Amino acid sequence: MTSEEKHKQEVADAREYFKGITDTVCGVVEAKEHPTWWLIALAAAISVLGLLVISLYMLFTQGVGIWGNNNGEAWAWPIVNFVFWVGIGHAGTLISAVLFLMRQKWRTSINRAAEAMTIFAVMCAGLFPVIHTGRPWLAYWLMPIPGDMGLWPQFRSPLAWDVFAVSTYATVSILFWYMGLVPDFATLRDRTKSKVKHTIYGMLSLGWRGSARAWHRYERAYLIMAALATPLVFSVHSIVSFDFAVGQLPGWHTTIFPPYFVAGAVFSGFAMVLTLMIPARKLFKMEHIITDLHVENMTKVILATGSMVGFAYAIEFFIAWYSGNAYEGFTFKNRAFGPFAWAYWTMIFCNVVVPQFFWFKKVRTNVFIIFGLCLLVNVGMWFERFVIIVTSLSRTFMPGSWHYYSPTLFDATTFLGSFGLFFTLFLLFLRFMPMIAMFEVKGASHHAHAGVKHH
Amino acid sequence: MSHDNNNDEVEDKLYGLLAEYESPGALIEAARAVRKAGYTKFDCYSPFPVHGIDPAMGIKPTILPVITFTAGCIGLIAAFFMQTWMNNWTYPWNIAGKPLISLPMQIPIMFELTVLLAAFGTFFGMWGLNKLPQMWHPLFSSDRFLTASSRGFFLAIEAEDPKFDEDATAALLEEAGATEMETIRYKTSKAIRAIPGGIKVFMIISACLALVPFAYIAKKRASKSDKPHMHIIPNMDFQTKNKPQTASDIFDDGRASRLPVSGTVARGELKEDDHLYRGKMNGQWATKFPESIVLNAETMSRGENRFAIYCSPCHGLTGDGTGMINQRADKIGAAATGWVAPSNITQDTFAKQPHGQLFNTITHGARTMPGYSAQIKEKDRWAIVFYLRALQRSAHSTVDDVPPGAQPPR
Repeated sequence: MTSEEKHKQEVADAREYFKGITDTVCGVVEAKEHPTWWLIALAAAISVLGLLVISLYMLFTQGVGIWGNNNGEAWAWPIVNFVFWVGIGHAGTLISAVLFLMRQKWRTSINRAAEAMTIFAVMCAGLFPVIHTGRPWLAYWLMPIPGDMGLWPQFRSPLAWDVFAVSTYATVSILFWYMGLVPDFATLRDRTKSKVKHTIYGMLSLGWRGSARAWHRYERAYLIMAALATPLVFSVHSIVSFDFAVGQLPGWHTTIFPPYFVAGAVFSGFAMVLTLMIPARKLFKMEHIITDLHVENMTKVILATGSMVGFAYAIEFFIAWYSGNAYEGFTFKNRAFGPFAWAYWTMIFCNVVVPQFFWFKKVRTNVFIIFGLCLLVNVGMWFERFVIIVTSLSRTFMPGSWHYYSPTLFDATTFLGSFGLFFTLFLLFLRFMPMIAMFEVKGASHHAHAGVKHH
Repeated sequence: MSHDNNNDEVEDKLYGLLAEYESPGALIEAARAVRKAGYTKFDCYSPFPVHGIDPAMGIKPTILPVITFTAGCIGLIAAFFMQTWMNNWTYPWNIAGKPLISLPMQIPIMFELTVLLAAFGTFFGMWGLNKLPQMWHPLFSSDRFLTASSRGFFLAIEAEDPKFDEDATAALLEEAGATEMETIRYKTSKAIRAIPGGIKVFMIISACLALVPFAYIAKKRASKSDKPHMHIIPNMDFQTKNKPQTASDIFDDGRASRLPVSGTVARGELKEDDHLYRGKMNGQWATKFPESIVLNAETMSRGENRFAIYCSPCHGLTGDGTGMINQRADKIGAAATGWVAPSNITQDTFAKQPHGQLFNTITHGARTMPGYSAQIKEKDRWAIVFYLRALQRSAHSTVDDVPPGAQPPR
């Protein structure tokens, strides 16, 4: 083959590749028929969402007494669920922002879906503290809004920091996500024949034309947003951990909490991304875009962060002994061998033992095993927050108020229902929005340099 | 151009030339050639950012980071002043005696608002600099251009460029390797650029609907109602419980409040000691102070203090009945409307009364004077009687009463 022919072949391959990516990703959105599995899944998700609606109706009419929360365990499940969902969300930002700054090109296949997951997870997370207040219609009191009472948030409280951290995180995540969607909405706009869709996509894409001068500013903005989101994601879970670490309760009042929480968040978030993407790529036949390499890379992140979390558990125990603080020592003995030992050892198994299987290449390349292990990690990370909150609160300084916490049916339905909300939104996203960042995948492939002369 | 106000007047205008290239590499080369030929009003279009095109086109670095930085600084400063103002100035909030203005507690929110505003600055700044949203553009009239968002690579030179010449420019683009070429014309008709009818109707309807709540509130504010306030969320305002002073069907007497069983005495309220509590000994006014009242300087000064607070406003600080209330009553001529002047309690009539009778007057009042049993405790009432004796004594004293060493020179 002459260099001329080689060049022609290279250009033809690139054009074919760009067309293929566009057709695959847009094909999902443009398909007239809903896939059967999607309809079934959506019906199931909406049913579970209905459970949430019923639980919330009961909560608003009956009050927080329908939960197992009690004098000692005032936080209990609602806050466990809040921390669980916020943590899930962090993987999305990590993939879209941190891996972008590290020039990890493989992220482009999964970042859009991961960012969507972030936003939906933060929505589920935001629900819980608000309903946990008991009077959610007064939730605006959390914000510094002038009122005739002349009362303001108390800015020395980590709970006030939390309001700012989580709402900033939600806002920035949505801006970042939408910014990434605009060029892809433009693609959908230019392909559609329907006038209604053309109008909707036209408005969503803001009239994007793909001009090089616009791309220049766009790329710079993308880089800046990534650079802003990176410290933001670390700050959010640090501040969530302050909710506990600033409190003077044995088992909470430790300086290791911020890094330990951030590692846990990334750990649980990546497990959730895999839980979602392994079935999604199979069902939408996108294995050539989200390849086995992507899955394997993510299992490595899970292994690394899972080991960090295991290390943090060990350090916590060590410090409880080394500090010589009798109360801290008791709390940890109580965690491992007290009435909630079953929860503690579930957590240790799921979070410390399970990820260690990812040392083996055979495990990292078997999607069925990965899927199962990731589900266990999700369970383990929920139990981590349960162990931190409930075991500490159920046995505090006064033995007279010791108490075995048990949740009620409504605790369970509210938490289960939040999965309904999450999956309903995620399934709608998969069907009606480009689930893969087309322009990023194209730009990150070697085809993006087709025809470039190397002077 | 006609002179009637016909909005559908159509004029064909030339936008420029659009050329398609087969690859990102070819686009870069074309951009370089066009720039070299001296064109300034041209742009490249691609489905993804083509790397290496910025220097080829001569694109200068954007000022976006400056916008980001400025917005971030505003967020940082705003967060500091917001927290300082809310917790330390308008509503000073003393938490465990910590300094009112302290930086460490403010850091988390200062950080969050810095990031938030910097992100807003970046997001909106980028769209602003790109002059988006812009729903209509001449290039969209080309069907071929629609592939620019999925797989096509285009270069467009505007007719407004001073060097633009339809033939020469076309030749240049052709020479740079264009695979397709198109002249872009657009209509200046307002009808074409107008907002579609459906959207217009939608916007008008939603704008009208948005006014409804405000109109409702305005109407409610301007009108009166004898109904209680609307409670969208009851907040436990209405509870099925009995409140004091209300009627109840449950009890025979129809009261919600229950009376204590007859003969009930509250703790510490038995008050058996007639002398201490009622000023009587064997049914007569006591002529002695109760045993529990110690007659010393401390009791005297306690009595002076209570007298100044409770008695002096009417009776005056010396007890001669010229307190400031009486002075005021005299000034406004209150005697005509039934004002009874307070007594001069240093008079003999009062000096001769037994201790117990004075105590009883303080307790229950006399003439228009009310009783002070609710305000002054028994011990203090006795202290006042003790002090009053001193006042009476001093009101009738002579120079001989002064101790020899302290007498003034005659």
